[in-house]
Amino acid sequence: MSDAPQPTPQQPQRGHRRLVLQLLGLTAGSAAFGFALVPLYDTLCRQFGINGKSSVNAGEEKDATPGKVDLDRSVTVQFMSTLMPGLPWEIRPLETSVSVHPGELRTTRFLVRNASGEAVTGQAVPSISPGQAAAHLKKIECFCFRQQALGPGESKELPLTFFIDSDIDPNIRELTLAYAFFPAPANPKGGPQ
Amino acid sequence: MNTATIAHDGHGHGDHHPSGIMRWLTTTNHKDIGTMYMTFSLLMFFLGGLMILLVRAELFQPGLQFLKPEFFNQLIGNHALIMIFGALMPAATGFANWQIPLMIGAPDMALPRLNNWGFWLLPPAATLLTLPFILEFFGVGDGALATGWTFYAPLSIQGGIGVDFAIFAVHILGISSIMGSINIIVTIFNMRAPGMTMMKLPLFVWGWLITAFLLVITLPVLAGAVTMLLMDRHFDTHFFIAAGGGDPILFQHLFWFFGHPEVYILLLPVWGLIPHVLSTFTRKPTYGYKAQVYSFIAIGVLSLVVWAHHFFTAGMPVPALLYFMYSTMSISLPLAVLFFCWVATMWRGAMTFETPMLFALGFIVLFGIAGLTGLVLADVAADAQYHHSYFVVAHFHYALFTGGIMGVMTGVYYWLPKWTGHMYSEKLGKLHFWLTVISFNLTFMPQFFLGLAGMPRRIPDYALQFAEFNAISTVGAFILGFSQLIFAWNIWKCIKGGEKAHAKVWEGAEGLEWELPSPPPHHSWEVQPKVA
Repeated sequence: MSDAPQPTPQQPQRGHRRLVLQLLGLTAGSAAFGFALVPLYDTLCRQFGINGKSSVNAGEEKDATPGKVDLDRSVTVQFMSTLMPGLPWEIRPLETSVSVHPGELRTTRFLVRNASGEAVTGQAVPSISPGQAAAHLKKIECFCFRQQALGPGESKELPLTFFIDSDIDPNIRELTLAYAFFPAPANPKGGPQ
Repeated sequence: MNTATIAHDGHGHGDHHPSGIMRWLTTTNHKDIGTMYMTFSLLMFFLGGLMILLVRAELFQPGLQFLKPEFFNQLIGNHALIMIFGALMPAATGFANWQIPLMIGAPDMALPRLNNWGFWLLPPAATLLTLPFILEFFGVGDGALATGWTFYAPLSIQGGIGVDFAIFAVHILGISSIMGSINIIVTIFNMRAPGMTMMKLPLFVWGWLITAFLLVITLPVLAGAVTMLLMDRHFDTHFFIAAGGGDPILFQHLFWFFGHPEVYILLLPVWGLIPHVLSTFTRKPTYGYKAQVYSFIAIGVLSLVVWAHHFFTAGMPVPALLYFMYSTMSISLPLAVLFFCWVATMWRGAMTFETPMLFALGFIVLFGIAGLTGLVLADVAADAQYHHSYFVVAHFHYALFTGGIMGVMTGVYYWLPKWTGHMYSEKLGKLHFWLTVISFNLTFMPQFFLGLAGMPRRIPDYALQFAEFNAISTVGAFILGFSQLIFAWNIWKCIKGGEKAHAKVWEGAEGLEWELPSPPPHHSWEVQPKVA
């Protein structure tokens, strides 16, 4: 600081130190806020069914109970599957759409086949549209709860058991459950629901 | 610009600083550091410009002529990062270093050594950003960041070493900017001359104060986002990898939580300096000082809560779309107040049209176009059509070239005589202005029509019906690029000599900086002035 002038008496350097520390605190707070946005975003999306994310995690969802079946209404559920790059599989839903009453338990299956000569592990990630419906489609059993390993050339029928809860908006008569199949990451932080 | 302040050493006490390169490496003088920031900014401006001229050359005709698509992708993203982090932000910080102490009557910045460090982080960061271009030339890696400047996951997770280099460059640039901002806030709060209350601060200083706070609040979020990206790339985390439970859309939220305020970070210092120029060349006091201060604050706050309008098409619930649409549009209200104050300042003024005034007027008109086309993009229904088209490219170049770069040029012409002690060439300045304004419009006006016609951005090839407008745009871009050599030449001549500038360079200028001689002594305001 050789050629920095001395602070004038009315502005002691002590005042600088305090303000700098406060500003560093603000910086640290902003950084923490940035990382806090990760769980916050996840929670908000699930709570409000944004981006077609389900409302609860796998553990809770498995224990969901259908309740009373509402025979007056029915909802058409369409199934889709997409293969992401790097996964040498063939996949398709065995039923492309089913009609269910709210509260009715239903099981459907997806056919997967490993087209390569090696064992490959995959992970399915669901997405539901319209987004508002995501909170009301409950999966009791789903192949997406865990990674799926297929041996060379092996094929499998993967089951999915779900119901639509009766709180669903009566205006929603059709919804789509789409699965994207990814090559399983080496070190999952807990499967998506 | 390096020699700008060498000529006037030897004032007062404590002038025992080393000469030659060591002077610049070790300096803690706000004027020296300001000069280094401005020089760095000018160099990066030409580097970023060179990159985009290559891009425009490729786009001169449909089909692929000069560049491989991979290289094209690298050029567009690095053009943006270099222009934003290398040219515009350092230029604004250069102004802050030179002008804030002079304008508030402080002897120097509050934290001079931090100031030096803040600048010297920039050259390594710029090197990191551009090094992969050179490494690829020698067969190492696959080139620089090729994702566009936004680093969107999952593309950036798959990218090559260029992404890693860019992530570290962003870290370093972020640290540099945060240090600079802390220094500026402390200087403004603690170093004002006696009697200079907050509501007497020059508007330029107010603009920078809001910018500094926005930087401190948003840059750590960007640093966090690119850190998560780095961990996803190398350490098996899944912040943005869907297969592992992450969400790529989250990256867009984190990025634009920084990215939108960044626009105002670039513009607020300019909005601060424009009123000084208008007041000087209309010989009238600034109209609506308080209204402008409150508008700055309102814009700063609003800029933090509108980010998702950058990805309306990524999929969002309708209430969120409506919220982000209305909040974005509401920014136009304080901005309209600013426009009104600028025009009202000129109303019935005794106007003269020196180069800084020309640039300020060009700024007001062209930046107005940026604002109005921004309203179109903020409209959710219209945005679905225009998103990711050349309409967006034209819009943000009207905002950042005229609002940012031309604003910086306004300030350079306005304060350069104060810094160097010499007048620049008014003739060259005016030539530079007219060439810049005409060629800028020639470059970007056609891009509005290209966007409306559906030409997507960031693609090296295009359909035949876009050929004419692209050819016009490329011609404009080359004129625009080469016109800037006049700017550099004018600055160089002004440093080297020329007509002596008075202390009060402009007849109508008001403010503390004009009470010091031109150029100001190495240590200015050793005795702080009293402000009535």
